[in-house]
This record gives sequence, structure tokens and C-alpha cells, in this order.
Amino acid sequence: MTHVKLSMAQALNQALRDAMRADDTVLMFGEDVGALGGVFRVTDGLTAEFGEARCFDTPLAESGIVGTAIGMAMNGMRPVVEMQFDAFGYPAFEQVVSHVAKMRNRTRGRVSLPMVIRMPYAGGIGGVEHHCDSSESYYAHTPGLTVVAPATVADAYWLLRRAIEFPDPVVFMEPKKLYWAKDEIDLGVAEPGIGQAVVRREGADATLIAYGPTVPVALEAAEAAAAEGRQLQVVDLRSIVPFDDETVCAAVRRTGRAVVVAEASGFASVSSEIVARVTERCFHSLAAPIRRVTGFDIPYPPPHLERHQLPSVDRILDAVDDLQWEDS
Amino acid sequence: MSTVEERLLPSAEPVRLIDEHGAAHDHAQYQLPPAETLVDGYAQLVKGRRLNDQASALVRQGRLAVYPSSHGQEACQVAATMVLGDQDWLFPTYRDTVAIVSRGVDPIETLTLLRGDWHSGYDPYERKVAPQSTPLATQLLHAVGVAHAARLKGEDTVVMALVGDGGTSEGDFHEALNFAAVWHAPVVFFIQNNEYAISVPLAKQTAAPSLAHKGIGYGVPGERADGNDLAGLLAVLGAAVGRARAGEGPQLIEAHTYRVQAHTNADDASRYRDDAEVAPWLERDPIKRLDAYLTGAGLLDDDKRAAAASAADQTAEYLRVGLMEDVHPDPAELFQHLYSTPTPQLREQAAFLADELAREEA
Ligand SMILES: Cc1ncc(C[n+]2csc(CCOP(=O)(O)OP(=O)(O)O)c2C)c(N)n1
Ligand SMILES: [Mg+2]
Repeated sequence: MTHVKLSMAQALNQALRDAMRADDTVLMFGEDVGALGGVFRVTDGLTAEFGEARCFDTPLAESGIVGTAIGMAMNGMRPVVEMQFDAFGYPAFEQVVSHVAKMRNRTRGRVSLPMVIRMPYAGGIGGVEHHCDSSESYYAHTPGLTVVAPATVADAYWLLRRAIEFPDPVVFMEPKKLYWAKDEIDLGVAEPGIGQAVVRREGADATLIAYGPTVPVALEAAEAAAAEGRQLQVVDLRSIVPFDDETVCAAVRRTGRAVVVAEASGFASVSSEIVARVTERCFHSLAAPIRRVTGFDIPYPPPHLERHQLPSVDRILDAVDDLQWEDS
Repeated sequence: MSTVEERLLPSAEPVRLIDEHGAAHDHAQYQLPPAETLVDGYAQLVKGRRLNDQASALVRQGRLAVYPSSHGQEACQVAATMVLGDQDWLFPTYRDTVAIVSRGVDPIETLTLLRGDWHSGYDPYERKVAPQSTPLATQLLHAVGVAHAARLKGEDTVVMALVGDGGTSEGDFHEALNFAAVWHAPVVFFIQNNEYAISVPLAKQTAAPSLAHKGIGYGVPGERADGNDLAGLLAVLGAAVGRARAGEGPQLIEAHTYRVQAHTNADDASRYRDDAEVAPWLERDPIKRLDAYLTGAGLLDDDKRAAAASAADQTAEYLRVGLMEDVHPDPAELFQHLYSTPTPQLREQAAFLADELAREEA
């Protein structure tokens, strides 16, 4: 019986557990990931099952965590490290950009780094300053990294399993606000791999392109639009790098209209990249310019103001309304 | 019983077994290495010096883009590798070409980076030498990771991690010492204190009594040695490697040496220091003093000296010939190595460049 009802945090935990059972070179380390089980409990019970040598707390230093993971990956291990929160991954930025991303290239393929950097990210949880950044664009902009973001419980499990098995480094963005979302999933049936987007909902009128925390919002918007007689297709990217041009462009060509929905500030972002590349490839299929619903270009707001920053169903529906419908 | 201070603080003076006149001195803690080790070390110093000077000449001839020379620091370079076994790892910086070659890596492959051919030219696994690191002190953390993984695998590996005096101010230096100490990782952190970080002298880098003193804050034993005395360096580094291998955890060693040349050929040292400051260091040259000692001890004669010089000439010749050949790196390779399987986007971009090149040729 492989059907289980899990929250996303539990699915991630199960993925780590199964990966560590399957391969004893898989290590999990970071801040408070041992006895506490991580501040989001994603590593709950791993030290108890696998011992201190396999899942352990490190000194409090993110560059140290990522830098030592590089060395371990060079020497036969498959380290999975946790950055406690998105914005606390920045001290490790030099290691990520100058070494994690470049090691394979600079050594002409001789040194691969099979490692995963897990990053609880984005907002919607009433978090105070420095706890709600959407930092995916920094990583997606860096050649050599693979960047994924699950939006469903099943993907949390399968994308993390795939990331740990992946021969190259993966930045694994975990949407914090979905940690507690539950779903019944079948662990016996694998989801598509890294690099593949999926259509979460069919619809002929317009395409919503989302990833991570905005996928459920896009689905909700599609539900609301359907009630008003407009059928919206929803594409979940899953993998930001590599980007699945094929699935995304095919979806946009089917509808001729598209809105990109992302929580991060829009300027010079993953969302702007999506608009650019889809426009370059699908211009003649488009009936209207692609619209974006993103965060404003401001630092993530304090909890009492955060609802103004987050893409909402209403904003998505307004953007869809703006797609130059002939009948309007 | 020893106090924390006795265990962790460096010797009152840098350890020196052979002075600048070539006279040997007894030391309470460290012994002169065996004669054959010193004779072998002498030949390696001569070769290292020749490599440094040949590489600098090749920059002037346009065959290398840049060369940060370790001229004057060869004793550090050679000692760092002589104390290692085959199972050990070396983590070098951009200045450590001589150490890499002493470890047995091909000199042309070593200079691939500075030749502008590719970012790193040798297979790190072949001689267990990490790619040369340019972002200062970042490599120290990789060294700790390699050492920790080796321990998890039950391997008998020690990691020699090189860093400059300037690099000790970086956050990663601190993080690496701290992680290594907490994990009890078998790493020897070896600082070549050559008094300068490009133009900035040590006094502007730290207020610590010495760089080796920094160890005590992490619980890492610190020791210091005369960086131009191969014998003292071999004794101190050899003991540190032995302790790390015996499970005593990381060690911090500082070598007092001097960058007698500019930072690189692109630098103008006259803007920040006087020649008068350099002159006494030329007298403390590592080769001169070992030559004097070995000659006095009857271990080195003209024949052996000539043999060392001729072996060094061969290395220089190998470099000259090898680097005279123009390199033609394949542009297609630009896209090949980022990922085990190139992304669709990289395949598109590779095709674009291939097409552009085909049109250029047509
Ligand atoms: C993180 C980082 N900052 C700045 C530089 C530029 N830089 C290259 S070498 C150097 C000086 C380093 O001095 P030191 O550590 O003493 O080594 P040395 O060059 O003397 O061997 C600087 C500032 C760099 N390579 N990396
Ligand atoms: Mg220096």
C-alpha cells in the first residue's frame, strides 16, 4: 500500500528518509536539522534513524555549510544541506556562484557535485523581515545550477528524490506556505522528472504559468474563471532550470493568451524571463501581450502588509481580463 | 599535563632549523629531517625556482596571460607537498603552481588556467589536487568537506589547505577553521604569510600577535615556522600532518616568508613598498641557505648541484616548448561541461555558435 496522506513537509521528510535508506552516501546537514528536526520539521527523526554521522547540526555558518558540502560531494558523498530560510542563504552565495555552479565546468566535467541545497522560500506565512524572500532568480540566473520548486505534495517527494539522485547540484526551493498543505499521494507512482513542466488544469482560453507557491493560487483563479465561463489552463513549471520551453510554449500556443504568476519581484526575474522567451517563440500564436502578476519591486513587506505583495486570485483574473478579448 | 595555551599557542619564535647562513640549530621540539630528504628537497627547490622564473618569462613573451609567482616562497611550496602521502589531498591557490607541480601534476596542465586555455587543466582526482582557487579562502571549506568525507569513509586521508596572509581575513577562513575544529577534521591549514595581499601589508590585515595565534580561538593548535627554511617547514608540517592523521584534528601552520616580486607581472610594487624592504629578504633566500647547509655538511657537491640544475632546465624547456604551441580550444566545449546532460537551452546555444562559426569560415 503506497497511498499516504502527507503534508508537503512530511513528504519532503519521507523523500529524505527514503533517499538515505537507499544510499548511505546521502548526508543531511545544516542548522537545527538534528535533534530539533529543522525549524519546519522537514528533517524530523532523521538523526534518530540514521545517526549523527548521517544527519547533523553544523556550526551556524551558511558559507561553511555549502562550502563543506562541496568538499564532501567531491569526495564521494551526496550531501543535502538546508539553508534555514531563503534570506539566510545569502552568506553562502559566493560558494554557490563561484564553486557549486562552476566546479563541473572549470574541471571540464571531471568533478561533478551531486549535492542539494534545500531552501525554504517565499512568503505568505506572516514571517518577519528576512524570512520571506523569493530568491530563485539569483540562482536561476547562474549558469551551472539546476533550480526546482515543487508546488504539490507528490512533487515535493519526487522532485526531492530526483534532486538527490541528480548528478549535478540542485537548488531546491521549498514554498514555505505550502509546507502544511496535505494531499493523498501514491508513493509508488513517480512524477515527471527534473526539467519537465506539467499542465495542472486544462483550459482553452488562456494559460496561467506558475511555479512553487503561486500554483495553488493560479488553480484557484482558474476555478473562479470557470465559474464565469472562461477556461484557464494552468502550467506548473516545477523546474525553473532547466526550463521546459516545449511544454510551456505548446500550452501557450493552444490558448494564444498567457499570464505569468510569480511571487518574486518582477524586475529582472524568472517571470520576466518567461515572458521574454515565450514571446520570442510564440509571437505569432499570441493574441495579446503576455501579462505578469508578480510581487512589487519592493523588499518583502511586514506581515500586516504582505497581502498587498502576494499574487491574488483577483489580480490574476484582472490580468486575464486584460488579454485583449475581442468580445470586450 | 599541558595548559590550553601550551597546547594551542605557537612557539614563541617561528621554528627555524637552518638559519640564513646555512647553520643548523637544535630545537627542543623539532628535529632536522634526514639528509636524503633535504637533498631531494634541494632539487625540488631549484626546480620550483626555475619553474617560477620560466613562467614569468613566458608572461613577458605573451605565452601566459598572467603569473602570480612564488619566487622566494619555494620552500613553502615544496614542503607542503613533500609531507603528503598519495592518499592525501592538496588544496592550492593561484600562487601555488610550484606546489602543484611538486605534487606530480603536469606543468602544462597546471598552467592551463594562467594560459587562458580553460579554467583548470588537470584532473583533480589523479594526484588529489583540487583546482586552484582564486576566490580567497573559499577552498578551505572544500578542504574541510573532503577531509570530513574521508573520515566518514574510514580513509586515512589528510588534507593540506593553502591560503595567503590576506586570505585569513576572509569569513571563509574563520568558518573553515571552526568547522574543522568542531568536526575534528584531518586538515592542515597552511598560511604562507608573505607579508602582502597585493599592495596591503600584514599590519593592515590583522592585529593578531601572529596568524598562527588565530588557532586558539577555534581550539586548533597553531604553530609557526621560518618560511624560507625548508628543514624547519618539513619538520613542522610533517608533525602537523602526523597529528592530523593520528586523529588529533586540524592544525594551523603559519610560514613567515616574503613576496620578493610583485603580486603578479601586472602589478607595480614600487607604488607601495621600497626596494630597501625587499633586500634583506633576498639574503634569506630558501635555496641559498639550504645550499650552504648541505655543502657544509658534505651532502651537496658540484655534481649534485649540476644535476639539480639540469633537471630544472628540463622542466623549463618542457614549459617553453609546451607553451610555445598555440592553443585552439574548441568553442563547442563552452557548453559541454556545465551539466552532466546539457540543457535544451545550452544545446540551442551551442548550435547557434556552431552555425555562426561555420558562416565565419564560409
Ligand atoms: C574573495 C576575493 N577577494 C578579492 C580577490 C582579489 N585578490 C586576488 S589575490 C589578492 C591578495 C591575496 O593576498 P594573500 O591572501 O596574502 O595571498 P598572496 O597573493 O600574497 O599569495 C586579492 C585581494 C580575490 N581573488 N578573492
Ligand atoms: Mg600574501
